[in-house]
Amino acid sequence: MTTCGTLFAAVALLLGAAPQEPQPAPAREFAVAGAVVWTMAGEPLTDGVVLVRDGKIAAVGAAATLTIPPGIPVLRAAVVTPGLIDAHATVGLSGLLNVPHDQDQVEKSSPMQPELRALDAFHPRDELVGWLRGLGITSVHTGHGTGALISGQTMLVKTHGRTVEQDVVAPLAMVAVSLADAGRAAGGKAPGTRAKSVAMLREQLQKAREYAAKRQRDAATPVDLGLDVLAKVLAGEVPLLVTAHRAHDLLSALRVAKEFGIRVVLDGAAEAYLVLPEIRAAGVWVLPHPAMARTGGDLANGTMELAKLLGDAQVPFALQSGYEAYVPKTRVVLWEAGVAVGHGLPAAAALRALTIDAARLLQVEARLGSLAVGKDADLALYDGDPFEYTTHCVGTVVDGRHYPTAGR
Amino acid sequence: MVHFGRWTLAAAWMAIAAHAIAQERPHAFVGARLLPIDGAPIENGTLIVQGGRITAVGPLQAVVVPPEAVVVDAKGQTIMPGLVCSHSHIGAVAGADGSGPIQPEVRALDSIDPRDPGIQKAQAGGITTVNVMPGSGHLLSGQTVYLKLRDGRTVDELAIRNADGSVAGGLKMANGTNPQRDPPFAGTRGKAAALVRAQFHRARDYQQKVAAAAGEPSKLPERNLGLEVLVEVLEGKRVVHHHTHRQDDILTVLRLQQEFGFRCVLHHVSEGWLVAEQIAAAKVPCSVIVIDSPGGKLEAAHLSLSTGDVLDRAGVLVGFHTDDGITDSRLFLRSPALAVRAGMARDRALQAVTIANARMLDLQDRIGTLTVGKDADFVVLSGDPLSVYTQVLQTWVEGQKVFDRADPQDRLMAVGGYGASRDQAMSMCCFGTQGGQ
Repeated sequence: MTTCGTLFAAVALLLGAAPQEPQPAPAREFAVAGAVVWTMAGEPLTDGVVLVRDGKIAAVGAAATLTIPPGIPVLRAAVVTPGLIDAHATVGLSGLLNVPHDQDQVEKSSPMQPELRALDAFHPRDELVGWLRGLGITSVHTGHGTGALISGQTMLVKTHGRTVEQDVVAPLAMVAVSLADAGRAAGGKAPGTRAKSVAMLREQLQKAREYAAKRQRDAATPVDLGLDVLAKVLAGEVPLLVTAHRAHDLLSALRVAKEFGIRVVLDGAAEAYLVLPEIRAAGVWVLPHPAMARTGGDLANGTMELAKLLGDAQVPFALQSGYEAYVPKTRVVLWEAGVAVGHGLPAAAALRALTIDAARLLQVEARLGSLAVGKDADLALYDGDPFEYTTHCVGTVVDGRHYPTAGR
Repeated sequence: MVHFGRWTLAAAWMAIAAHAIAQERPHAFVGARLLPIDGAPIENGTLIVQGGRITAVGPLQAVVVPPEAVVVDAKGQTIMPGLVCSHSHIGAVAGADGSGPIQPEVRALDSIDPRDPGIQKAQAGGITTVNVMPGSGHLLSGQTVYLKLRDGRTVDELAIRNADGSVAGGLKMANGTNPQRDPPFAGTRGKAAALVRAQFHRARDYQQKVAAAAGEPSKLPERNLGLEVLVEVLEGKRVVHHHTHRQDDILTVLRLQQEFGFRCVLHHVSEGWLVAEQIAAAKVPCSVIVIDSPGGKLEAAHLSLSTGDVLDRAGVLVGFHTDDGITDSRLFLRSPALAVRAGMARDRALQAVTIANARMLDLQDRIGTLTVGKDADFVVLSGDPLSVYTQVLQTWVEGQKVFDRADPQDRLMAVGGYGASRDQAMSMCCFGTQGGQ
C-alpha cells in the first residue's frame, strides 16, 4: 500500500497503540485500488478499483473506466481479493491459551447435543480471531468441534471482534457430527465403535423425525431443543457437517444422508480420493482437511494433494483451518490454501474455494464471496501473490471497516 | 531373525557394492543455480561430488568436469546444502519414562525405528542431518542422537560418529510447564531449577572423584551411567539442547548454564524476542520454532514470527527446527520462508536451516555448506527454496540419492496418500531402487 487517506493513517496509529480495540470508525466512502483485483465474478482486473460506500461495494471496474470520486481515501495494494472465508474452523470457541476456561468447542457430558449453539460460545475478542483477520480472513464458519458424535451447531460470523450479535452472518449454519475417531468415546462409553456411532446417529434422526411429526400434529408437544435442530436437518434447512476421514466412514455418512434424505457436508475427508465417484454421485460438498494437517490416526493416509484431487474430480469444495488441540491453535486457511496450491491446486481454484465457493456452500453468495455491487465490502489486500510464503497481508476490510494489518 | 541371515548378508553386500560404484565415478551437476551458503549464489554453476564428498563447486566456466564423470543436467534447478534440523522427533523416538524427572542415562539411540516413515518424509523434505530428541516432559529426558538420513536399515547406519567412534548427540533438557508434574517431578519453576542444580552438583562431585582416582581402579567411584553423561556435559563434550519458551525460563537456563559452565542451545524460545540482548550476551545459540499462530499453550501466547529476525539482529546464532511432528519435515523450508516474511534477511534464514544448525551440533566442518571437502549432502530444488511453489526434487546424502520425486514410492512419501504413513517395507529400502513391498 503506497498511499493511504489521512483518516486511515490516524486509525492505524490508534490501532498500533491498542491492538485489543479493533474498532476503526467506518469511512462512509473510500476506494481500494489493486494492480490485480480478483473479483471472483469474471476475470481478474488489471489495475482494478473497488468503490466502497456505507459498508457495501458501490462499484467495481478497471481504473481506466471507473473514476474515483475526488477527495476520498484510496487504499492501494498489489493484489486485492474478496475477504477470505474460512469454511470451517473452531476459532472463537477454541481460545488462544488452550486452558480449560477458553476451550468451548466440545462439551463431553453427552455424545449428542445438537442444541448447543455456536452463538452462545463464540468469543469474538479472542486474539486468534484478530490474528485471522490480520491475514485477510473476514468471515469464519465456526462452532462446535469434532470431539463428540453430535457436538453442536456452527455459525457464520465476521471477524470484526465486536459482539456476536453485531458480527454474526448466519446464526445456525450446520450441525456438527463426527464419524471420525475423535467422535468416539473410550472406557466402555458409547459410541465406542464406528458401527455404534452410525447406529446412534440414525436412532437420533429417527427420533427427530417422529418429534417433528408429533409437533406438527400437536403444537402443545413440549419443545426438545436438540430434536428441534435435527428436525431442521430433516427438513433440509440445515446440513449435517460430518467429520470423517477413512473411506468407509465417508461412505457411512453418505449412506445415512441417503436414508434420511438429508444434506451432508463431508469434513476432513482424508481418504476421499479413494471414493471420488461415490462422493461425486452423491453431489455433496467436501471440506478437505487443512493441507498441513498432521497425518496421524485416521488421517494417516492424508495427502497434501487432496484439494487438487477433489478439484480434478469436479467435487465441489471449500477450504478450512479445522481444529487443532495444540499448536498452532488456529491454522490460517490462507496458508493451508498456499500449501494446497504448492501441491497442484490451481491458484484460481484455491481463491474460488476461499471466497465465492465457500459463500455458495454457506448459502450466502448473495452477500459474500465476490466483489460485486451491493455485496458486503469485505476485502483482503496483499503485497504480492497471496499464496506465496513471503507475501504480506497489507490490509483487511470488513463491512467497509479498514483494519490495517501492519503488513502482517 | 536367523532366517533372514542370508538375505541380510546379500543385502549388505549389495549395499556396499552400490556404494562402491557410486564412489568410483564422480557425479557432476551442471547448470544449476547453486546456493553454497558460505558464499554468494552461483548462477549456472557446477557441483561435483565423489567418494561421498564435495570435490568442486563453482561457475560453469571455472569447474572442469572430469571425462569419467556422470553428468547430470541441472539447468533450471537450484542446489543447496542438505537441510539440517536441530530438533526433531522422527524415528518414533522415545526417551525417559515416567519414573523420574532426570534420566541422563537414557539414550534416544536405543529407541529409533529406522523404518519410521517420518525418516523418509524428512528425506523428502530435503533434510539430511537431524538431531533426534526425546520429548520435553522431563527436566532431563535423555541423550539425543545426531543422524545422517542415509538409506539405512539400522540406527547404527544412520548415526553420526564422533572422531573417537562414539555416537554423536547432545542432552535434552526442558523447563517451564511441560516437565511440571506431581512428585517426584517438579511442580514449580523454583523446584525444577533446584532439582537440576542438585543433579549438576552430584555430577561435579563424581567428576572430581574420578579425577582424584587418577586412573587407579580401586579409588574410582562406582560407575554411574547418568553421571558419566553429565560429566561429558560439564567438560563441554556434549551440548545441552534446552527446551524453553517463556522469557523468564530462558533466563533461568542461562543462569544455570553460567553456574555450571555447560555448552547449551536454547530450543523453541517463543519469547526469545523479549530477551534477545541477554541471549546474545551469553553467546548461546537459539534453535527457533516457527508456528502459524500464537497460543496453543500458555507459554506460547506471545510467540512471534519475528523471533528469528530479532535474535539474528541481536547477534545470536539462529537456526530453525521442525520439532516434527509439531511441524512437518516435508515443509521445513517453510520455516525460513515465514521468517523472511517477518523481516529476516534471506541469507540468514537459509543459513538458519543449514550451517547455523550444523554449528549447534558441532558438525560445521562436515556439513551445512556446499564446500569442497565437506560431505556430499545436498538438495535439488525445482526453484527458489523460499517459494511455496518449489518442490524438493532429489535429496542426496554422502553422494547417495536418498529421495527422488520421480520415483512413485518416494513421491508418495513427499505428498502423502494411501500407505504413506505405514512403516517402511523391509525390502528394497537400501539400494536407491525403491518400489518393493
